Amino acid sequence: MRFLPYLLAGIVFGFGLIKAEAASWYRIMEMFHFQAFKMYGIIISAVLTAFVGVELIKRFTSVKSIEGSVISIPQKAEGKWRFPLGGFIFGIGWGMIGLCPGPIFALVGTGSVGAIVVLVGALHGTWWYGLVRDRLPH
Amino acid sequence: MESFITWISNPWPWYFAGPVIGSLVPIMLYIGSKSFGISQNLEHIVAITQPEKVNVEFFRYDWKKYGWSIAFLLGVLLGGFFAGVVFPSPGPVQLSAAAIETFADWGVSHGDGLYPPEVYALNLKNIVVLAIGGILVGFGTRYASGCTSGHAITGLATLQLKSLAAAIGIFGGGLLAAHFVTPYIV
Repeated sequence: MRFLPYLLAGIVFGFGLIKAEAASWYRIMEMFHFQAFKMYGIIISAVLTAFVGVELIKRFTSVKSIEGSVISIPQKAEGKWRFPLGGFIFGIGWGMIGLCPGPIFALVGTGSVGAIVVLVGALHGTWWYGLVRDRLPH
Repeated sequence: MESFITWISNPWPWYFAGPVIGSLVPIMLYIGSKSFGISQNLEHIVAITQPEKVNVEFFRYDWKKYGWSIAFLLGVLLGGFFAGVVFPSPGPVQLSAAAIETFADWGVSHGDGLYPPEVYALNLKNIVVLAIGGILVGFGTRYASGCTSGHAITGLATLQLKSLAAAIGIFGGGLLAAHFVTPYIV
């Protein structure tokens, strides 16, 4: 019951990723070839909406979260090189198969066997990162 | 009833999809000060499933503390099921004329559905390509500690420079692969 709000937020995200066609190979290739505005429109309007929402939360500091705590904005992990390098490696995968992590899970939910293959690969990639992370620049 | 099903099944225009997805950033903060993102769940799944004898230190943490994240993940799977199986979008993805021409050049068909059979049908070549792409996505997002949702949306909206560096890396890698790899492997 405690996790119900997160489950509902996840449903909105998964449903939205499919209806936004962000989980479409066609859309992602079209985006990387600058052949349509649609995906850029989605990302830009998502960032702007999120920015306005976060600024509102910052201003209403007396508002508590549903869980009853004072709202704080989590900061990203420590490091420097990991962001451009990790992002670049992830980007190559995204440009190869047209799926990033959210859409991988949403597409698995639609029953796509191809997406399950991608997910199995992503879990292996995750494991290998855990194996070699001490030797990588962060 | 029929008009409701048509309404809920149709793809969303960008100016609706973007704000809905973006609103999840303040919503996750409002629920419990959580950062909107999905790829950390890859780590949790490995932590849950890693067999004893291949214990990699990185995955030895108390994943039960991340129940909220796993609930969010289950929601994404359910949302995908509703959007793709219960209320599937009718017809093919509406592409620009330029994209249609590019895919025709690549010999990729453009029928109903979100992805072409030439890329997703299960044959040896596709399985290898999908698995390699998946490995890069998994490795890269964990190395960068975030993906499109965590960095490009949450990180940029909360003005974190690390996320800008990640977003530039992601887009650079994506451009490179989409132009110089994908055309030769479809």
